[in-house]
Amino acid sequence: MDTAPDTAVPRQTSPPPIPVDAPAPVSDRRPAASQPPHKTKIDVRSLNFFYGSFQALHDINIEIPEKRITALIGPSGCGKSTFLRTLNRINEMVRHARAEGSVALDGENVADLDVTNLRRRVGMVFQRPNPFPKSIFDNVAYGIRVNGLKGDGSLHDKVEHSLRRAALWDEVKDKLHQSAYSLSGGQQQRLCIARALAIDPEVLLLDEPCSALDPIATAKIEDLMFSLKKECTQVIVTHNMQQAARVAEFTGFFLMGRLIEFDRTAAIFKRPSRKETEDYITGRFG
Amino acid sequence: MNRLRYRKFVNGVMLGLTGVFTMITASVLFLILGYLVYNGSKSIDWNFFTKLPVPVGETGGGMANAIAGSATMVGLAALIGLPIGFFGGIYLAEFGGKSVTFAIRYTADLLNGVPSIVIGIFAWTVVVVPMHRFSALAGGFALSLMLIPIALRTTEQFLLNVPRPLREAALALGAPKWKVIANVVVPAASKGIMTGMILGIARIAGETAPLLFTALGNQFWARGLDEPTASLPVVIFTHAVAPYEEWQRQAWAAGLVLLGLVLATNIGARWILSRGIAVQKG
Repeated sequence: MDTAPDTAVPRQTSPPPIPVDAPAPVSDRRPAASQPPHKTKIDVRSLNFFYGSFQALHDINIEIPEKRITALIGPSGCGKSTFLRTLNRINEMVRHARAEGSVALDGENVADLDVTNLRRRVGMVFQRPNPFPKSIFDNVAYGIRVNGLKGDGSLHDKVEHSLRRAALWDEVKDKLHQSAYSLSGGQQQRLCIARALAIDPEVLLLDEPCSALDPIATAKIEDLMFSLKKECTQVIVTHNMQQAARVAEFTGFFLMGRLIEFDRTAAIFKRPSRKETEDYITGRFG
Repeated sequence: MNRLRYRKFVNGVMLGLTGVFTMITASVLFLILGYLVYNGSKSIDWNFFTKLPVPVGETGGGMANAIAGSATMVGLAALIGLPIGFFGGIYLAEFGGKSVTFAIRYTADLLNGVPSIVIGIFAWTVVVVPMHRFSALAGGFALSLMLIPIALRTTEQFLLNVPRPLREAALALGAPKWKVIANVVVPAASKGIMTGMILGIARIAGETAPLLFTALGNQFWARGLDEPTASLPVVIFTHAVAPYEEWQRQAWAAGLVLLGLVLATNIGARWILSRGIAVQKG
């Protein structure tokens, strides 16, 4: 406990919402150039998570800012994916899994929300591309159909719009009714992003979305994340620290089920305040 | 060098052994098939498919009623057995708790192993006795009892094989569980399920014992589902042991027809398996 007092760290280092004209607090090590203020989208307090008797997460406290990209880094098995999967409650399908503490989306505890409604607002992209064994079109249309979100405009327009947002439209517009499996791995992953975007999620969770992809496909996904920044709060779990440094404005470092440090990405990589973070990012372990 | 020669020798011996036993297996199969085709094809003609059996002593005639009877009862069995097995399999794979699942799965495996004649007795007791008559209904019911465990286990197995990320993808889009099952999991497993069910149907189509004292048999057309009904396996059974050459000839023909039907369903099942979109394994 001495080395990692689990109550001490994150809340102070996480940048609190700042009124426009207030002076930046000392703890906020943002660069002097003024950044626009941001609002907290997901507020996690004292989150513990268990698989049976195994505690995977210990007292996580974090405020994920709205319409920013937040990266979660850490060695394998540190709980970052588990954490991500508690945000849309997809971990609930694991037997004997149990969460304590609170995860609030726009101030509402996700445990109190209807789970399908929650997942409609919080989309997810998985580690390996997992398109449905359906056509490209039906993959993207799935979420719209299931949620009965057809609303205004035709289904085709919505599918096209989503594929355009995922920068995949030009590659697939002539073969929308072919199997999604005819696409390459990188295209499949962008298809999965398009599928998630089709229902206009407020938050997009990305669980190591590039780990199965080559560098070119990875670059495309990262470009895509940048272009979505204005519309969507994104949380990405990544093994790749360069990726975190490239895409994220905020970075959290997980170690053994604890959030060791959460700060602006530049601060994490240049002046980490914790020894463990420094050891990890300089490659001393992990 | 000596060592190498020894290894090569052992390798040769093992290869030879496995080869010989493969040939024994294959030759038995081909012997049976060949004998059946040889004898069956001599006896089969168009009349076999269109005419009713003729009395002993006359030549000609066919087994149209047995073909139709088999089709009726297998159809009945499919109507009863497939939905029960299918939905039961969904329950086992998707909803069942550990102990319930284990109990049902174990029971299904036991049921699968029950001698078919016992199934026949059971069907006789619960259908034939209360109705006071042999019938296609009773035959179809007996066959369905054999089909249920096959359909149940096939459905369960193929559903469990659907990769978890696929379910998670659908759940993460806000789909409720039943929609995930109906729109993603079952379609992803559908080819396997269909194949298994077709093979199950092919298997029960050849069953004799459950029909012996449920459908009994009939020299004529059955005029309803509640009448004794002829079927190919039972006709083979009764005709093959009869002392009349003409009947034995017909039994061979019936055997060939049954084999042809089973072969056709097998090919059909493989064809289904080979087309459409397969689930991509992570």
